[in-house]
Amino acid sequence: MKIAVCIKRVPEMDGTFRIAASGAAVDEAGLKFDMSDFDGYAVEAALQMTEKLGAGEVHVVSLGPDIVQETLRKALSMGCARATQLKCDVVPYDPFAIASALAAELQGGAYDLVLFGKMSIDSANGAVGFMVAELLGLPMVHGCSKLDVAGGQGTARREIEGGGEMMTFSLPAVVSIDEGIARPRYPSLKGIMAAKKKPLDVKPAQLGPVALTVERMELPAARPPGRIIGEGAAVVPELVRLLQTEAKVL
Amino acid sequence: MTNVLVYAETRGGQPRKVTFEAITAARQLADQLGGAVHVVVAGPAGVEALAASFGEHGADVVVACGHESLVHYQPDVATALVASRARSATYRAIVFSASAQGKDLAPRVAARLRTTLASDVTSFSLRGDAMVVTHPGYTGKVIQTLKLVASPALLAVRPGAVAAAKQPKAGTVEAVALPELPSARVTTTETVLGDTKKLDLGEAPVIVSGGRGLKAAEHFALVEELAAAFGNAAVGATRAVTDEGWRPHADQIGQTGRLVSPDLYVAVGISGAIQHLAGMRTSRCIVAINKDKEAPIFKVADYGIVGDVFEVVPALTAAIKSAKQGA
Repeated sequence: MKIAVCIKRVPEMDGTFRIAASGAAVDEAGLKFDMSDFDGYAVEAALQMTEKLGAGEVHVVSLGPDIVQETLRKALSMGCARATQLKCDVVPYDPFAIASALAAELQGGAYDLVLFGKMSIDSANGAVGFMVAELLGLPMVHGCSKLDVAGGQGTARREIEGGGEMMTFSLPAVVSIDEGIARPRYPSLKGIMAAKKKPLDVKPAQLGPVALTVERMELPAARPPGRIIGEGAAVVPELVRLLQTEAKVL
Repeated sequence: MTNVLVYAETRGGQPRKVTFEAITAARQLADQLGGAVHVVVAGPAGVEALAASFGEHGADVVVACGHESLVHYQPDVATALVASRARSATYRAIVFSASAQGKDLAPRVAARLRTTLASDVTSFSLRGDAMVVTHPGYTGKVIQTLKLVASPALLAVRPGAVAAAKQPKAGTVEAVALPELPSARVTTTETVLGDTKKLDLGEAPVIVSGGRGLKAAEHFALVEELAAAFGNAAVGATRAVTDEGWRPHADQIGQTGRLVSPDLYVAVGISGAIQHLAGMRTSRCIVAINKDKEAPIFKVADYGIVGDVFEVVPALTAAIKSAKQGA
């Protein structure tokens, strides 16, 4: 079982966001970066599958400037065998441009499975995995919270609004991972030491055409500051009155 | 190049609220361009009967593929249907809704057409050769204005961003056969719905949501009763609660779960972690009930009550019941 996992380096969302001087990007100063949440689940799911089978290995791929090597090393320290950086100075916003570069790398890699997180936590488009599947001509199952593979066949449950869909699919396939599948492990000290010796290849990213760009970024209008109207059940009549007459939502 | 294509989402052969929102969005674009709206719909045999309701919302033509194998959403079939229609005529834009189904389909169609996609769009307008859209990024902490120069311009519109509106057009049915595909590589074998009697979080005007302050799964009855008193409410939960298994994963509201913006959001025993706020901060009116007056939820609540949820919530349930009876 040979599995590729595509991962993205993103800012942690609990930081304070400011707009860069260009007006079209986030000011990275003061933000902490890590592997996108869902990508962590995907790496964990891939590692558990190869461990359960006792065979195969997990490769990780990330697109971007040299700083993404940090994120790739983290995946190696979790237990992935090999990493590839698809080098470009700036990660384009356009999902098709990115998907084209990933597909060019994955094509011919003889992977049984290509995993993605359900979406990156920064742009939250969840488009790249589908596009890679389409470009590689592979079946795609999105947002899996359960995943089993046996005898060239996969079964999965994916989450939809208010429920789930049970799916079956043939391998090779592209699968994107939702949370709930497995908590990502923390790299052990041994894993961190071993990761330093694992192969990390750097190749130029063969980006596709860019048709979608960020023109401007703004901070959303702030909500009016919160208001505590009182304490205990005695305030309930006042709340109902406000909901009726002021907020007009009853 | 003035026509707009739209994919009409169905579940169990019925259109969803987001379907009419997507058709309305497509109508707005087509009116600006002076063109027509063409709707693609797939579903079980007889699905063309939906054309009348699509016509009411502005569909000129309804391309309907009805087949017994299409009771569930089948991505390979839907991709082939939309992509072949997009190739057979010239469309300036293709509109999807950014629901679970639309977000699954839109990027497949985009890549099949070797083009890109603007997803989770909250507003859109044509400006010369460009489609300019807004999109909340970084869990809603930043609003991004994106410029899309492809034609057709593929858009997935966020549920609730466009209000469905009626604008009667012909809704002429054009039946199409099931596309011939190599044997299906992905098959949906079953759709498991939590409780079909309940309102969906994305469609309910009121959401009552519970957090760890409820202390145990069985105390969610308090939340259920308050939701029932409103009569038009869905029940949500925080990640802490779904991680504990008190509520199904699908009920989670937050950065990694559902993003909601109802008219009224009632947060019961929720402290207001950043990841939860990311999923509900755009609600029109927020009520919070929590015993800790320092809880971050009170920073975004229009109306906060500091108090024990086990006292305040039953009192509120009773008060809403009598307010509803009086109305």
